Amino acid sequence: MAKQDTHSGSRDPSALTAHELHDIMQRGEVKCTELVRAVFARIERFDARVKAFLCLFRETALEQAERVDEKLARGEEIGPLEGIPVALKDILCTLEGETTCASRILKGFRAPYEATVVEKLRRAGAIFVGKTNLDEFAMGSSTENSAFQVTANPWDLTCVPGGSSGGSAAAVAADETILALGSDTGGSIRQPATLCGIVGLKPTYGRISRYGLLAFASSLDQIGPMTKDVEDAALLMNVMSGQDPRDSTSVNLPVPDFTSALTQDLPGIRLGVPQEYFGEGIDDAVRESVENAIDIMRQSGAEIVQLSLPHTEYAIPVYYIVASAEASANLARYDGVRYGFRAADADDVISMYEKTRRHGFGSEVKRRIMLGTYALSSGYYDAYYLKAQKVRTLFRKDFEEAFARCDAVIAPTSPTPAFRIGEKTDDSLKMYLSDVFTISANLAGLTAISVPCGYSREGLPIGVQIMAKPFDELTVLRIAGAYERNRGFALRKPPLDGEGTE
Amino acid sequence: MPVSKDDVEYVAKLARIELAEEEKHVLTSQLNSILDHIEKLNELDTEGVEPTFHALDVRNVFRDDEDCPSLPTEEVMKNAPARDGDLFKVPKIIE
Repeated sequence: MAKQDTHSGSRDPSALTAHELHDIMQRGEVKCTELVRAVFARIERFDARVKAFLCLFRETALEQAERVDEKLARGEEIGPLEGIPVALKDILCTLEGETTCASRILKGFRAPYEATVVEKLRRAGAIFVGKTNLDEFAMGSSTENSAFQVTANPWDLTCVPGGSSGGSAAAVAADETILALGSDTGGSIRQPATLCGIVGLKPTYGRISRYGLLAFASSLDQIGPMTKDVEDAALLMNVMSGQDPRDSTSVNLPVPDFTSALTQDLPGIRLGVPQEYFGEGIDDAVRESVENAIDIMRQSGAEIVQLSLPHTEYAIPVYYIVASAEASANLARYDGVRYGFRAADADDVISMYEKTRRHGFGSEVKRRIMLGTYALSSGYYDAYYLKAQKVRTLFRKDFEEAFARCDAVIAPTSPTPAFRIGEKTDDSLKMYLSDVFTISANLAGLTAISVPCGYSREGLPIGVQIMAKPFDELTVLRIAGAYERNRGFALRKPPLDGEGTE
Repeated sequence: MPVSKDDVEYVAKLARIELAEEEKHVLTSQLNSILDHIEKLNELDTEGVEPTFHALDVRNVFRDDEDCPSLPTEEVMKNAPARDGDLFKVPKIIE
């Protein structure tokens, strides 16, 4: 039975959103140093059990907070993200600390440059809390593939937080940070967001620079916000978006003020409900919560359109060929020559590569590199990689036809709430199937968000997913924001207070 | 088409990953079950369908061919597992 949480009614600043904190800091009701201390107090109290963080930047965070307080004391205005604690998935290069991708092969690696998004957040005055745990090289759906530690779901510490951005999701859910960044290749922002009861947005491919994001699948990866509410996600999008000359796949499109979507309601919006996303294999509580959410949206003025995305069942095989093939190429650079782990007992350079990669990579990473290498090898390229990329075109066409009849597609984010740690680790295919609803958005180049919409009988969070056309984040934010306003029940906080180590 | 242990050894060589004997057996059966699932794609007729290599229609995004600063060498060398000045030291390449 769900324990009672006491944190949501408290005056602890760590329980608040970025936009709330901006207002109260500007008004002088709370100091930035107080906020940063409150966040680190949560970490000290709970992270030994949650294990969201791989490393912390406590000293620099407090120094930066002092500078923000000096600015406030002088009566100056602070920007929307100034003084706000942000946690970074450890797949983003930072000049401070290590960047490991939760892999032994990068243990000790100190990036000689910082990611564009990190630079942008820093210039906006954000304060970095630390680097969060992930599935190794972003390959996984539970964060159990980290080489260093397993992150626990703050709602039930025997359950997974989802993956691969599980550390970021758990940290936001537990109020161990105010904002976090994740990355999404097949659902790695949205699935942990739904399992941890927070908001997670995958921007359109090309919206945000990938410079400094260690590459997994170059045609699918995107960095995105993981936050407590939709407005905070919009604020992060404003700061992070835009073309970057250092990422030739980032697009030259104007960046709108994403917060403008939050003043718009649902009348005039057509929501597509795809039958393939509501079939077998969905947990009853998920179905009920998502159907309630759709109902609330309908009552709030949206028109509901039934439709079909006929190639949905092919999403997983396509993804695992394409993502693994791209990963096999991207991970070829981890060879022990220039950085990271190098095996000590090699007589020649080939043997050094082979032993370094044998001992440096975990089993899921090796499995995907092997699958990808096989799919691209001579004689198999046409049958697998080329075939998968042709089926990808069929996905894009499914969605193009759907978007002729609706403005956004609505579906569950995950077929089940959080599963137990260890439950799916001995069957990789079973683990892959938990991505079934999120993958299509990456393959078709869409944008998609997950928003909390309910809880299971065991008190585990459930989320609803909203997908829109490429570069239409405004629609996704509009619908998610309007749903948040009309949701009709208050969100809970995880019942951590009884679990703390004092 | 089933993957054999020989195939796994060949692919491991291409991927430059040394595998333990037991790992070869486990991977052979895991790859086979994943590839079985992927066979599903053959249900679809993709004759005449163009592949989507990239979700965006962006081509040849070049910068001007001008010299500009790169990463500072010393910063980069700090991560070297073995170095000789500004050179990365590795085991023997050629016999």
